[in-house]
Amino acid sequence: MTSVVLNPELDAISRLIVLGAMTLYSIAFVMFSVSLARAANAGKDKTQIARAALFERIALIITVVSVVAHGAGVLTRGIAAARVPWANMYEFSVTGSFVVMSIYLLSLIFRPIKYLAAFVTGFVVLILGSATTLFYVEVRSLMPALQNYWLLIHVTVAILATAFFMIGAALAFIYLMREWEWFNKTKSPLVVSARKVLAIMPKSDKLERQSYQFNIIGLILWTFTLIAGAIWADKAWHRFWGWDTKEVWTFIIWCIYMGYGHATVTRGWDGKRAAWLSMIGFVAILFNFTIVNLYFKGLHVYSGL
Amino acid sequence: MALRQQSKKGTRQKPKRAPRDYSAEVTSADIGALGWARWIWRQLTSMRTALILLLLMAVASVPGSLYPQRTADPNGVTQFFQANPQLAQTLDRFQLFDVYSSAWFSAIYILLFISLVGCVLPRIGVHWGELTAPAPLMPRNMSRMPAYAKFTVATPAAQKTAVDRATAQLKRERYRLVREANGVRAEKGYLRETGNLLFHASLLGVLLAVGIGGAFSYSGQRVLVEGETFVNNLADFDSFTPGLFFNADRLTPMSLSLTNFSTTYDLNNPSNRGIPIDFRAQVVSRVGAEGLPKSSVIRVNEPLELPGSKVYLTGNGYAPVVTIFDGKGNVAFDGPVVFLPQDSNMTSLGVIKVPDASPSQFGIQAFFYPTAAKLKSGALTSAFPAAGDPLLTMFVYKGNLGLDSGLNSNVFQLNVHAMKQVAGGKSGNKAIELAPGQSAKLPDGLGRVYFTGIKRYASLDITYNPGELYVLAFAILAMVGLVMMLFTKRRRVWVKIVEGGIEVAALSKHKDSNLDRMLEHFIKSAKIKNVTAKPAKKATK
Ligand code: HEM
Repeated sequence: MTSVVLNPELDAISRLIVLGAMTLYSIAFVMFSVSLARAANAGKDKTQIARAALFERIALIITVVSVVAHGAGVLTRGIAAARVPWANMYEFSVTGSFVVMSIYLLSLIFRPIKYLAAFVTGFVVLILGSATTLFYVEVRSLMPALQNYWLLIHVTVAILATAFFMIGAALAFIYLMREWEWFNKTKSPLVVSARKVLAIMPKSDKLERQSYQFNIIGLILWTFTLIAGAIWADKAWHRFWGWDTKEVWTFIIWCIYMGYGHATVTRGWDGKRAAWLSMIGFVAILFNFTIVNLYFKGLHVYSGL
Repeated sequence: MALRQQSKKGTRQKPKRAPRDYSAEVTSADIGALGWARWIWRQLTSMRTALILLLLMAVASVPGSLYPQRTADPNGVTQFFQANPQLAQTLDRFQLFDVYSSAWFSAIYILLFISLVGCVLPRIGVHWGELTAPAPLMPRNMSRMPAYAKFTVATPAAQKTAVDRATAQLKRERYRLVREANGVRAEKGYLRETGNLLFHASLLGVLLAVGIGGAFSYSGQRVLVEGETFVNNLADFDSFTPGLFFNADRLTPMSLSLTNFSTTYDLNNPSNRGIPIDFRAQVVSRVGAEGLPKSSVIRVNEPLELPGSKVYLTGNGYAPVVTIFDGKGNVAFDGPVVFLPQDSNMTSLGVIKVPDASPSQFGIQAFFYPTAAKLKSGALTSAFPAAGDPLLTMFVYKGNLGLDSGLNSNVFQLNVHAMKQVAGGKSGNKAIELAPGQSAKLPDGLGRVYFTGIKRYASLDITYNPGELYVLAFAILAMVGLVMMLFTKRRRVWVKIVEGGIEVAALSKHKDSNLDRMLEHFIKSAKIKNVTAKPAKKATK
C-alpha cells in the first residue's frame, strides 16, 4: 500500500445513518416490549392478542428497515475508510451489532424466537449507543500490522461467534428466570407481571435446547477465531501464541464455553449450571471487548481510542 | 467423555446399562491401595473432573492478564517492581509474573492432560469395537424406547413388505443395519464418537506440539542499521531466548544485510497525517557458505522465510551518523548511533559514549527530531515522523563513563551521576544543535562533533519453532472433530414384526430433541404405514 484516500464527509453521513438506525431500533425495542406486555396480559382475549401481534409485526418491519439502514451505515464507513470497516472498536461495534441483528433475523426463519426481539434490539441499541458516543474515531488508514487478509477472516468470525453467543446467553437468561424458585413464587407485583411475560415464552426444555444450539455454533466459531488469531499472530507478532492479554481472554472464554459443552452432558451440571456458564461466558466476551480493549496493556490494542 | 455419564434425560434413553454410580465405591469399606488408585483414576478421568479443571484453568488464567508477565512484557514487570517493590515480591512468590509457567497453572493443565488421556485411550478401543460390530440388538420391549410407534399391518406378506421398505429407507439414510427374520435393526452416526475422539486426541496433539516445539525453538533479536550485516551465530544477537533443548549448532548458517529501510507515511488525509502506511526492510540474505545472495523485502505481516528460521520486522528508527574528533584531533567515534523513538512523530533519544577520547572521557545524551518544530514553550519537538527537517541536539557530560565498573553497560543509558555536564541544561553552555552536514566545537576542549548523515535501522526478530505446523495441523483436526461431533446424531432405529402389526422405535445416545420428528419422518418416507399385501418394489429401488 502506498497511499490511501479517506473520505471524512462520507464518514459523517455514515455516522448519521447509524444514528438513524439506532433511533429506529429504539422504537422497535419499545414496541416489542409493549407487545410482550400486552400479550402477557391478554389472557384469552382475542382482540388483545391480535393487537399484541400487530405491534410485534410493525416492530419487526421497523427492525428490518433499520437493519437495512444499519447495513448502509457499515458499508459507507467501509467506503469512507477504503477498507473493511472493523479495524477499531467503533467499527467493530457497529459492524458487530449489524451482524447480531442479521443473524437474529435470519434465525427467525429457522427458529421461532420472536420473543427475544426486545432483548436483541435493546442490546443492539446499547452497543450502538456506546459506539457512537464512547468509541467513535474518525476514519483512519490501517496500520501496517492490520494490513492483511486475516483481518477479514479473523474478525468476521469473531463477530459471528459473538452474535451466536449473545442469542444463546439471552435464551439461557430466560431459562434461568423460569427455573428460579423465588421468582416463580414471590407475590411482589413487579415480579408477577414479569412472570406473565415469561409465561408466553417457551418452556424450559425448549429454551435450554435453543440456547445450546446457538452456543454450540458460537463455540465452533470461537475455536476458529482463536486458531485464525494464532495464525495471524504468527505473521504479525512473530509467534503464534504469547499470552497477550487478548489471547488470554480469548482462551478463558474458550475454556468457559468448553466447560459449558461438557456441562450440558454431565449429570448435575446440565440445566441451570450450564445456563449460568452460558451467561458467564457472554459476560466474559463483553469484558474482553470492552475492559480488556480499553484498560489492559497488550499487543492487541486496536481500539483506536 | 460424552458417553461416560449421561445426563438426567440421557439416562432414560439408555435402558440396558444403568449409569455408573460411583458413590457405592466411595463408601465401600476396605478397598485397599489398588482400589484407591482405581478410584482416583476414575475420578480424574470423569467428565465432571474435566469440566471443573477446564473452569479452573479459565480462572487461573485471569491473573496473567492483570499483572505484567515476564515472557510477554518484561519491561512491565520491571516497572511494577520499581513502583511497588513490596507487593511485587509477594506476587512474585506466588509466581504471578510467570502465571503460565507457574507450578499451579502447570498442575491444572497436567491434570487436564492426564484426564484427557485417561478418557480418550479406553474409548478408542470401545469405539473401534462399535465401529466393527453389527447394529445393536432389538430391544425386547420396544415401547420403552424414547420414540416409538405401532400400527396395524394385517397379513404376514404386508408385514414383510413393510420391513423391506423400512430396510431400503434405512439403507438410503446410510444406516448400518442387520436384517432379521422378525424385522430390522439399524444404527448410524458413529462419526459423532469418531469426531469426539479426534477432537480430544488432537487437543493432546496441540499440547505436545506446543511443548516439544517450544523446547527446540529459539528466538533472537537484532537491531540492524542500513549497511550492516548480521551473521547467524549467538554472538551476533542483541538478545536471545533459547528453548529447553536448544543447541547452538542448529542455527542455520546464514547472513543478512539491511540494504535499505523505508517508510511511507500518510501525507494526504488530515485525520490520518503522519500515520505509517508501510514499512519496508530491503535485505540481502545468504544461506550457507556458498549460498548466493538473494534480495527480499521484509514487511510487517510478511516475514522472510529462510530454511530453519523466519525473520520478522518488529521495529524501526533513526540512526544519525556522528563523527567525533577528540581534543587531540584523533577520531574518537565514527558511525551510526541507534536512537529509540519516544513518540509517534519519532522524536528519538540516543546516547553516545566516547571512552577513548583524550584528554577526557565523555558522553552525550542526544535527541533527534526528524522534522524539528518549536512548541509554544520554546521546547523542541518533532512535527512529523519522516526526516523533513532533521535536527540533532546534544547534552554533553564530561568525566568517567564507568564502563570498567559495568555501571554504564546499557548502551541506551548514560549514568551521569559521577559526570559533569558541560553543554545544555544548567552547564552554562547551550546544548549543541546540529542539522545534517553541520559540526560544532565541544566545550571544555573535548573536541569537535560532526553530524554527517542519517541512516535508518530495523529491529529484527529471528525465530525458529519446529512445532508450529504440527500445532496448526492438530488445531485444525480438533476443529474438524468438534464439528463432526456436534453435528452428528448417533441414532438407532428398530422395525419389528409383531402380532397383527409392526412396531417402530428409535433411540439416541445423547440429548436429541428431534428424535420423535425423525421417526415420524422415517415412517412417512419409508411408506410403511397402511401397507397392503402387494409389495411395492419401486420403494426399494
Ligand atoms: C492468538 C492471537 C489472537 C487472538 C486469540 C485474538 C482474538 C480476538 C478476538 C476474540 C477478537 C474479538 C473482538 C474483541 O474481543 O476485541 C479479536 C478482534 C480483533 N483482532 Fe484479534 N486475536 C489474535 C490475533 C490478532 C492479530 C495478530 C491481529 C492483528 C495484527 C488481530 C487484530 C484484531 C482486530 C483488528 C480485531 C477487531 C477490533 C477490536 O477488537 O478492537 N488479532 N481478536
